[in-house]
Amino acid sequence: MSEKSLPAVGYLKIPDDGNPYLEGHKCGNCGAVFLGERSVCSKCFARDKMSAVKLQETGVLHSFSVVYRSFPGIDVPYVSAIVDLDGGGTVKGNLINIEPDPEKIDFGMKVKLTYQDALGRKDKEGNSYLSYFFEPA
Amino acid sequence: MSDVYVLGVDMIKFGRFPDRTVPNIGAEAALMALDDAGLTIKDMQAMYCGNLGQANAMVGQRILQEIGQTGIPVVNCANACATGATAFREAWMSIKAGMYDVVLAVGVEQMGKGLLGGAGGGDGIPKEGLLGSGTMPCVFAEAGMEHSKEHGTTFEQFAKISVKNHHHSTMNPKAMYQIETPLDVVMNAEMISYPNTKLMCSVNVDGSAAAVLVSEKKAKELGMKRAVKVRASAMASDPYTDRDLVMPDVNACTRLAAEQAYEMAGVGPEDINLVELHDCFATAEMLHYENLGLCKDGEAGKMIDEGHVELGGKVPVNVSGGLLSKGHPLGATGIANIYEVCTHLRGEAGERQVEGAKLGMTHVIGLGTACGIHILEKV
Ligand SMILES: [Zn+2]
Repeated sequence: MSEKSLPAVGYLKIPDDGNPYLEGHKCGNCGAVFLGERSVCSKCFARDKMSAVKLQETGVLHSFSVVYRSFPGIDVPYVSAIVDLDGGGTVKGNLINIEPDPEKIDFGMKVKLTYQDALGRKDKEGNSYLSYFFEPA
Repeated sequence: MSDVYVLGVDMIKFGRFPDRTVPNIGAEAALMALDDAGLTIKDMQAMYCGNLGQANAMVGQRILQEIGQTGIPVVNCANACATGATAFREAWMSIKAGMYDVVLAVGVEQMGKGLLGGAGGGDGIPKEGLLGSGTMPCVFAEAGMEHSKEHGTTFEQFAKISVKNHHHSTMNPKAMYQIETPLDVVMNAEMISYPNTKLMCSVNVDGSAAAVLVSEKKAKELGMKRAVKVRASAMASDPYTDRDLVMPDVNACTRLAAEQAYEMAGVGPEDINLVELHDCFATAEMLHYENLGLCKDGEAGKMIDEGHVELGGKVPVNVSGGLLSKGHPLGATGIANIYEVCTHLRGEAGERQVEGAKLGMTHVIGLGTACGIHILEKV
């Protein structure tokens, strides 16, 4: 079992000496930003032009849904959100610290990333995980 | 290249058949389609079979084991919710290529109950409810909310689509359900993923549908009376769009396939008399009015408000009851909607008949993404 929390997804980076961040891979040819490593750009087809970039912490809410029914054991309701990060990259995640009421959530609202324990979820070995969430900025 | 005709087509009444096997359910529709064509399995030169749940289990061959093992080539296809349309299209292509004159296409699915989809899996911890939701009701809710953001589309407008499709299904004995669901019932049903309530989500059912496709030469030989001409068959995968890898884009893929289908048929959306489109969720149907060019961008809400997409309207959509009420057996859906359109073109749809229907369109979309569109014409 690991002493410190593991990242919930591969594109969440937890440096030994610094703050967690989300990593994108940006095409040097067309500027498209992807989550996760790749060597070919699916937008412009350029090869080997990808480089890792630190995604920005702020963005705007593009779309969302309030989820009232999920799989057994998953707490509802919660807000599933699609966020366009400032500087490029679109990320999906839970929008927290807001009432899960569609009337009270505005498209285009400014949000920021926050990094917290992955809702207490642990893997088979008992490891804890760190995840990312969005909250109103 | 020969024109291709649908000579026989049928579907079973959708329902739940936990005691039957997938091939057994598929075999029933296959025999019905053969009967409708006035042919037998001995006349078939090839078979294309669509099924998702047992994609690695030779469903097509196992159907032949139930209805006649003639040794013909069988191809099994899986392409998410476009699976049935893919099998039909492969059959169409084999005739277009000049390989065969008579081909059988079958789509079949046996579904469990419950939610489809879910984010992640694999190593580590479950991601559902941690990184948003990957359930299908949520994914399509988010796509619908994008339309609300751009055009002000309301919960009530989305709900009206479900009212319409449930109403249509009261006239379709082959639909899973034949019940009216007034607006307040739809809006007050259990909220699954806003704005999709339970009655705005497609019904998981078991079902099968099949078609016999023939070349023009064969159609002339066997009699054109009930034949339906395939004017266009188009398929697209998702082209790159900015958010596609995080938020599946059902719009770009549909628009691409629609453009190709209209071009191949040499017709425009204004020429289409009825449409069976992929209403896996009420939110999805709204998007496809615009994606298929049935109205201008931003006018989808008006289409439902003003009744243009109801039976009797300008372009009736999902008169079968759609996936919302007829049911959505994934692999069968793409052939079941071809059955529906053919039935109208043949003037055999009874109470729900779209009067004077000459040209109809079918559309399915499977996340991942695959879109299949067919344009069919009364002969
Ligand atoms: Zn590029």
